[in-house]
Amino acid sequence: MSALWDLLLRSVFLDNLALSFFLGMCTFLAVSKRVDTAFGVGLAMMFVQTVTVPVNNLIYTWLLAPGALDWAGLGDLDLSFLRLIAFIGVIAAMVQVLEMTLEFHVPKLHRAMGIFLPLITVNCAILGGSLFMVERSYSFTESVVFGFGSGLGWALAIVMFAAIRERLKYADIPDGLQGLGMNFIIAGIMSLGFLAFAGMG
Amino acid sequence: MQESKWRILSRPLVDDNPLTLQILGICSALAVTTSLDTALLMSFVVVCVLALGSGSVSLIRNHLPHSVRIIVQITIIASLVIVVDQVLQAYAFELSKRLSVFVGLIITNCIVLGRAEGYAMHNGFVASVLDGIGNGLGYSLILIVVGTIREFFGKGSLLNVQILIPTSQGGAFEPLHLMLLPPSAFFIIGGIIWFIRRKRPQQVEKPEFTLRQLQEESK
Repeated sequence: MSALWDLLLRSVFLDNLALSFFLGMCTFLAVSKRVDTAFGVGLAMMFVQTVTVPVNNLIYTWLLAPGALDWAGLGDLDLSFLRLIAFIGVIAAMVQVLEMTLEFHVPKLHRAMGIFLPLITVNCAILGGSLFMVERSYSFTESVVFGFGSGLGWALAIVMFAAIRERLKYADIPDGLQGLGMNFIIAGIMSLGFLAFAGMG
Repeated sequence: MQESKWRILSRPLVDDNPLTLQILGICSALAVTTSLDTALLMSFVVVCVLALGSGSVSLIRNHLPHSVRIIVQITIIASLVIVVDQVLQAYAFELSKRLSVFVGLIITNCIVLGRAEGYAMHNGFVASVLDGIGNGLGYSLILIVVGTIREFFGKGSLLNVQILIPTSQGGAFEPLHLMLLPPSAFFIIGGIIWFIRRKRPQQVEKPEFTLRQLQEESK
């Protein structure tokens, strides 16, 4: 149990996808002008990540990993090179299903996430999460925890980032740094802050 | 007006750089720059995928139904990346281990899809390939600069050749460990953007509010 708790804390803070692996940076920089839109994206990200990482874990262990097709009598088959295409397909499909389910059952939540769900299909943090899951060979339970934790960490980072940007709207920034340049510096300082969690693991 | 071929190739280097102006493909750029050799390999891979991807999208652009174009583009890119990934694992296993998931992430790298969708869908084969190479080189330029700075100040070496002798081995150089950690990549890119925009003032973004405007409003 404590190992899972450790993994959760690690994936939220220390191994934060946005700030220490630079994943999902394009979305991170593009839709963080206001806190409420950032909150919507963060929420969508958390949802999609929690669903897709475990699903991809199942697909990988039962279909793609070397020797995974043993149950079908094809034990010497190694399909792991197909994982990139399989994961992208799963992510696109899951996002579609998730969008329809939410629209039908929880329209309020769907409205909060709005247009961000489809945008997230091509977000590298989602694919990155699944690839990290394979690289670090997580079990199914671990992948659920990791998916949720990394999504939460990303959401946390983008909401904080948007809040700082909102404040800086009135700041007097040198011409060349205005906009994108300043955003990089802010992200760098935040990333420095998240490094302070390094002692926690 | 038709742009000259040289212009297509050179424009994305500084004037329209994918990283510092178009905000494309930042995701994978920063994580692979802790040392120069991974940065070089990553640059090479991205240039290949971009040129081939843009080229093949441009070849089939007239036969593509509008509604399924994104899926087709992603499939093309994913297939290219799988090939590259397999080649790397066969011939440069050590390096490909250090690039870890970031080769796979080229699929969702917005540069590739962005150039396929934004340029290759409307332009001929040669121009698209050149545009792909140009954008790849623009991306590589930033990667190589960042990789050089980080490896040189972080370890005192370039391409794993020790140039400055660290204090632990009796030299006079104290390695800056911050350079090997994620935040420094953000700071260096921020600095590069600042530098480019000093030289190219037309790239400067207008602030949403200026102080003077606020003062006048409050009067």
